[in-house]
Amino acid sequence: MYHYMTVSELAQRIKKREVSAEETTRSFIERIEELDEKVGAYITVEKDRALKTARDIDKKLKQGCELSPLAGIPMALKDNICTENIRTTCASKTLEDFVPPYSADVYERLEKAGCITLGKTNMDEFAMGSSTESSAFKVTRNPWDDSSIPGDSSGGSAAAVAAGMAAFALGTDTGGSIRQPTALCGVVGMKPTYGRVSRYGVVAYASSLDQVGPITRDVKDCALVLNHICGHDRRDSTSMVVAAPDFQAGLEEGIRGMRIGIPSEYFGKGIEQGVRDRVTEAIGVLEDLGAECEEVSLPHTIYALSAYYIISSAEASSNMARYDGIRYGYRAKDYSDLLDMYIKTRSEGFGAEVKRRIMLGTYALSSGNYDAYYKKAQKVRTLIKADFDSVFEDYDLIVCPTSSLVVIRSGEKTNDPLQKILPNVNTVPANIAGLPALSVPCGFLGNLPVGMQFIGKPFAESTLLRAAYAYQQNTGFHKMHPQV
Amino acid sequence: MITKEDVEYVAGLARLELSGQEKEEFTKTLGNILEYVKQLEEVDTSSVQPTAHILPLINVYRDDEVEPSTDRERILANAPEKLNGCFKVPRVI
Repeated sequence: MYHYMTVSELAQRIKKREVSAEETTRSFIERIEELDEKVGAYITVEKDRALKTARDIDKKLKQGCELSPLAGIPMALKDNICTENIRTTCASKTLEDFVPPYSADVYERLEKAGCITLGKTNMDEFAMGSSTESSAFKVTRNPWDDSSIPGDSSGGSAAAVAAGMAAFALGTDTGGSIRQPTALCGVVGMKPTYGRVSRYGVVAYASSLDQVGPITRDVKDCALVLNHICGHDRRDSTSMVVAAPDFQAGLEEGIRGMRIGIPSEYFGKGIEQGVRDRVTEAIGVLEDLGAECEEVSLPHTIYALSAYYIISSAEASSNMARYDGIRYGYRAKDYSDLLDMYIKTRSEGFGAEVKRRIMLGTYALSSGNYDAYYKKAQKVRTLIKADFDSVFEDYDLIVCPTSSLVVIRSGEKTNDPLQKILPNVNTVPANIAGLPALSVPCGFLGNLPVGMQFIGKPFAESTLLRAAYAYQQNTGFHKMHPQV
Repeated sequence: MITKEDVEYVAGLARLELSGQEKEEFTKTLGNILEYVKQLEEVDTSSVQPTAHILPLINVYRDDEVEPSTDRERILANAPEKLNGCFKVPRVI
């Protein structure tokens, strides 16, 4: 009965001791035991640890301790977020038995706030993929339709929240990996500004693009979780020293007079007509609420996927170099010498998608190709960012579809990597430009949810949240749940 | 565009050993991707500076202070092979 409550509602009940943290946690664990065979959201479930932590929280509540609003809230973490003493696999054979000796900054913060870790969720191997199907361990189904994919690459986290198997979750987003699956699973997901949330202890994919963010049932929860995961961390040199406001504070201020840019390039070729229709309707709602919506242009958008492909693969190939079978992770059993051990270890440990990205990235960085590919992509990155800077001189935020496609069947298109990445055409630019972006449910196409994306100025998460909250309060899509 | 020999060369750089089938597949898919990203050539970037990351940061320093580090045994707990408190590797010399 608690499965579809928001974090805010659950927190109230736990605080007033209408329900204990242990009862809440137990009910989520039972839900996982009942449904996850079908959904496949979790790689690891930490039942005993979760119940023990919940009892500790209950004890503190009984003693009258002042606890954080997240105390006793059961959450799920994408399996690339290091959790001390809990296996962290990145859905790869390479890290199948890896138990981190330390925790990610975001996990430390949430643990300190009293959150209960239910388990670690499925993902594309090392977050590289477009459907959560490159996981070495299992397939995750979309809770709305088990023949559809849950989106990439935080698919397990999004599916867990959508199916009521966690009150909220954390994901990571390199090219849309939070927003894409939350759009397809009908929940709320935010990629904060690059530098807003520490990446310490989050297994690196493409270091100049990666960012951690919340996956929640509604916008208010998104703000609440963001409050607890952001802040400067000296262990991440890209963590910015920047004031973190209370993201819940201005939520109800409304959007009258807010200036919203609607980029024509994000509604063009390749965007499913039904997606265009739902988002256009949603923009009508924003206008009814007093926002001024006008068409704008981000002309370099058409180059974003190419720039993303090169930058992300290049950085991935360099990050993946650490998996050599020496200090941790998988090591091949049969080899002739050190070099052969590296080669066998990596060839046996990585799946096809990871190998493809390493190959592409190595090629783009290799002697003779660096300027033509990597440096060129970084220059185009400058132009893509400049497009945004120019629009943000006149507008507060940008609104567009999140995923360009909604109906993506399991197993479909798996042989053409270019086709696979196309649904992310509207999500990668925010990573390239480091901007905050949020996806909220804005209707359905058949039985599948459609997501609308808000993109904001650097460190203007509050504006995004305020606009998305106003939209959500005047529609009801975030209150709809799948029949799992 | 990209040949099977290129794929073999890059695999060597990346310390990967590809099966015959993987070589065929990567020659084709990498070729397709490289063909697609060729579109960047049409963008005039002659007067554009590259952006490595979007933050206004160059170098980030901290005080050089001695702090406790993670316990050796805990680090070694994940080692595929260890010996006398060290990582064990195949013979190098």
